[in-house]
Formats: sequence, C-alpha cells, structure tokens
Amino acid sequence: MIMIPEELKYTDTHEWLRIEGDYGIVGITQYGFEKLGDVVYVELPEVGSKVKQGESFGVIESVKAAVDLIAPVSGTVEEVNESAKKSPENLPNDPYGKSWLIKVKIENPSEIEKLLSGKAYEELIKE
Amino acid sequence: MLEGSLFEKKRSKVTKYVDTPKVELEIPERFLRRGSLSKFPSLSELEVVRHFTNLSRLNYGIDNNIYPLGSCSMKYNPKINESLAELDEFVDIHPYMDEEYVQGALKIIYELERLLCEITGMDGFTLQPSAGAHGELTGLLIAKAYFKDKKEERDLVIVPDSAHGTNPASAVMAGFKVVEVKSDERGLVSPSTIKHFLNDRTALIMLTNPNTLGLFEEDIEEIAYLTHKVGGLLYYDGANLNGIVGITRPGDMGFDIVHLNLHKTFSTPHGGGGPGSGPLGVKDSLVPFLPVPRVSLKEGVYSLDYDFPKSIGKVKCFYGNFTVLIKAYSYIRLLGREGLRSIAEISTLNANYLQKRIGEFLEIPYKRLCKHEFVASLKSFRSKGIRALDIAKRLIDKGFHPPTIYFPLIVEEAFMIEPTETESLDSLNRFVSALREVIEEADINPDIVKEAPKEHIIKRIDEAKASRMLKVKW
Repeated sequence: MIMIPEELKYTDTHEWLRIEGDYGIVGITQYGFEKLGDVVYVELPEVGSKVKQGESFGVIESVKAAVDLIAPVSGTVEEVNESAKKSPENLPNDPYGKSWLIKVKIENPSEIEKLLSGKAYEELIKE
Repeated sequence: MLEGSLFEKKRSKVTKYVDTPKVELEIPERFLRRGSLSKFPSLSELEVVRHFTNLSRLNYGIDNNIYPLGSCSMKYNPKINESLAELDEFVDIHPYMDEEYVQGALKIIYELERLLCEITGMDGFTLQPSAGAHGELTGLLIAKAYFKDKKEERDLVIVPDSAHGTNPASAVMAGFKVVEVKSDERGLVSPSTIKHFLNDRTALIMLTNPNTLGLFEEDIEEIAYLTHKVGGLLYYDGANLNGIVGITRPGDMGFDIVHLNLHKTFSTPHGGGGPGSGPLGVKDSLVPFLPVPRVSLKEGVYSLDYDFPKSIGKVKCFYGNFTVLIKAYSYIRLLGREGLRSIAEISTLNANYLQKRIGEFLEIPYKRLCKHEFVASLKSFRSKGIRALDIAKRLIDKGFHPPTIYFPLIVEEAFMIEPTETESLDSLNRFVSALREVIEEADINPDIVKEAPKEHIIKRIDEAKASRMLKVKW
C-alpha cells in the first residue's frame, strides 16, 4: 500500500511539500523511493542558497540511477537534513517523516497552486 | 571455494629453497629497507600459481559464455589483437623517444585516424580520449571553443530522456546547461518535439543512433536539418555504432561530432575497468580545434605537430591508450570493409532473433525492428514482489552474465539485452532457455529468485553498501 498523505502537495517528479506557515519542508514520496531502489547518495544544497520551482536543487543516487531533485517551490534554503546526507540508505524507511530533505522559506506562495493534490498525485502514479 | 588474498595465506616462516648469495652493492643508505620482511607473504611458486589460477576460475568473461550486457557490446576479442599489441616493437617504446625511432607507432595513429574518418564520415580525428565519456567531454570542449571563436553565446545542450547518463554529465562538466526532451510513443526523438527546444542558445543536440532502446532514429536527417538551421551542432554518441557500422555513417546522417568506443565496437577486453579508448571525430569546420599534438605526414615521414593555434590543447598525457589503438587497428584491418559491415548485420540479426524469442514470454514495450540490442520490461513481475534485479541475480545461478538492468530510464524494470555478432545460434538458444527457466521459477518458486544467487560462493550482496562502502584494499 502506497502512502500519499492528503495534507501534502506533490510534484510529478515525486517530491512532496509540507507547508508550515512561511516555510515549506521538501521530501521524496514513498512511491518515488520505491522506484529508486536502494539509495546510496544524496547531494543537498547549502543553507542560505536559493532554489527555484521546477529546477534541480540536488541529486539522489540509488543503485539503479542518479536523479535530479526538483524544487516544488522557489525560496531560500533555511535548513538541510544532515542525517539524510550521512545515512542516505535509511531515507526510504520514513519518507514523510525523518527523511525530509530541505526546509525552504517560500518566496512566492502562489507557486503552490501549480502543485498536485494528494488525489491528483495518486491518479498520476496509477498510470 | 573463496580464494583469500596472498597476505592471508602468508606463512610465518620464510621459505628457503636456495641460499641467497651475499651481494655487495653500493646502494645509498637511505634506499635500504629497514625492518623485517615478515609482513610480506612467503609462499612457494606452486602456491602462487594455484592462487592466481583459482582466482581466474572465479571469473566470468566473454571467453566463458555469452555476455549480453546491453549498451556495452561485449563481443569476442580476437586473440591476434593481443599478440600484436604485445610485440616488443610496441611494448618497448617510450613516448619521449625521438620521432624517427617511433615511425611505426605514429603510422598506426595516423592510419587509424584515417580509417575512423572513413568509417564515420568525419574529416578529422583525435585518438587521445581515454574512453567514451572522455571523448564526450573533448567533443563538447571543441564545440565550446568553436562557438567562442564565432563569438556566439550558446549554452544549451539538448539530450533525449533515453540518453546515456554520461551525455548530460559531460555537458554540465563542459559548462553547458542541459535540456531534456521526451522520446515519443515510438521510443524515438521526434522533430516536432525538438523544434520547440531549438533556438539561438542551442549549442548541441547529443544523440545515440541507434538509441538506447536499440531503435534507429528514423528522423535523424530532419533533426540534423533543424539543428543546423538554428546554428547548432549535432553530437553522435558512438556507444551503439555496433548496430550500423559499415552500413551507414554518422557523418552522412548530418552529425558534426562523433565519439567512438574502440573498446566496444572495435573489440578490446573491457568491463573490468581496463583501458578503453574514446576517439573523437569532427567535420571540417571543427578540425582546427582538435587536441594537439596531431600526427602529420610529410614526404613519407610522420611527426607530431603542435602548430594548431585554435586547438583546445591536450586532453590526455601523450597520445591516448596506445595498445587499445593497436588492437582496434588490427581488428579493422583484418575485417576490412565487408567484415565491418557484417558486424552490424549479424549483431542486428542476433538481437532481432532474441527479441522475437524472448518477446514470447516477456513484455517488450517498444517492439519494432531493432538494431543490435533491445529492451524488455519486467514491470509485470512487480505484483509478485520480483524485480528486474532478482531475475538478473537468478540468471547468475544458471551460469549466465545478466543483461543490463534499470537502463534506459524510460523503461520500467528495464532488461537491456545485447547479444553481439559473435554469438552462435546455439549460444543464443541456451540464453533464451535459461531466461525462460528463471521466468517460470518466478511464478512457481519466487523465493528462490528473490534470494539468488545461491549457487556461487558470493551470495546476494548489499548493493547499496557495496556502492557506498567499497573496500578497495585488503
């Protein structure tokens, strides 16, 4: 059973966004991790750097592939999950909890409208 | 039996077969070894011979069985290539020797460049790059120098979503930005899609033809026309030349830059990390930018020529992986024009035969006439909890090297199969039977597949750990 929390927003590239006031937490969906397989490496941006909606903010590498991480919203990186970098192999265990990747100060809240709802994301991965 | 390292086998007592005579040499004090030799293994000749013989028996290579690793062209490497590359006249020369003493070596470089120009339809070649991705970087740096020379600012490189991962990586390394375009429902790059991405910022389009699905890019001439119309260049990733060599040429399709993988198409043992070679060819307008030195021929004398002011400079010390060049030269000379053509004919025939046979029990998402390879999908096994990885591991138990898995990325649970031209019908049939057996087991006894390999001394390994915590020394 694939978990898709209804309160989150999604991208078609399998990232999720949790909105907490002016901030957004970004991670990878359970389905995304399932497709990736065993994770071996993750590269995340520096705190203070800018990310842009739809553009790469890092890279995740599994035994199968290396994939760009795509930012769901634009903003400034406030926090980075250091333990994700240290032990990337644990990332798939808790996709919507401990495995968050970055916390962003959201620049333009209207961008959120472009993201998918849980329902729409579920439809997308059904195909 | 698992073979330990020589250090694990060492005996504490040093073996003495003959008395070592005392030798008086005037070796400066600072070069003399201090301390004992006891940390080094002390073994008899027989023990050492057994050690290496047993290690070699744990190996799997094209000399054992079919090696259907897609996109890698694991073909038989004729032994005569090795004999020629081992000739004293090649092994005992040094890159710093005067040109007059290495005329033969320079001649091989010069003639191999000409042969590769003929095979690919290019006007100039450099043999310096060490392997495919190095060739890519060289080609992209040449394109960069070319646009700079023309005072054009172009920063975009277009790659299809089926591309080899090295293409976008090389483009970024050369300072370009990558734009990815989706393949169409045929599994091909379509001119109508690419049109929207082409503009005055387009530097290059990088394509593999046949592409990574093993399919021929039918619209290549139109893509070339559109690319050139906006002033861009077309780059040919030569990883899949095996499917077309001797039949058509990248230069005739409209490509401006070509890299080849001599270790694939032109037959050098590879896959163990051993030396490759990724020569790069270009059309006339780009020749001035090729790396130096270039070998030139004047009045019957070969020399190293550095006088190309627009050159991007050296991309490798000396002149490339020279022994690989000798093997490629020998291979091309022995096969000749008709022989080269039969590489593409037979490798394509073998791949289509396998596609037909394997298509009877596996899904082939882009099922059309293929070139030298094709891609099956094991997506339907997911419901049983079986992945492409498991099927691949179980094939090892059956005595076969598995195909490439999880590539290209546009096919889920991809299984990419390339038999090459050197496999016989019997060998292909044996592979089909083994794969069919594994697929049947996946239905009847999925656990045996999920736990494979079981029949070898090394069982299922933790791939994530193997990638992250690789032990490279004892």
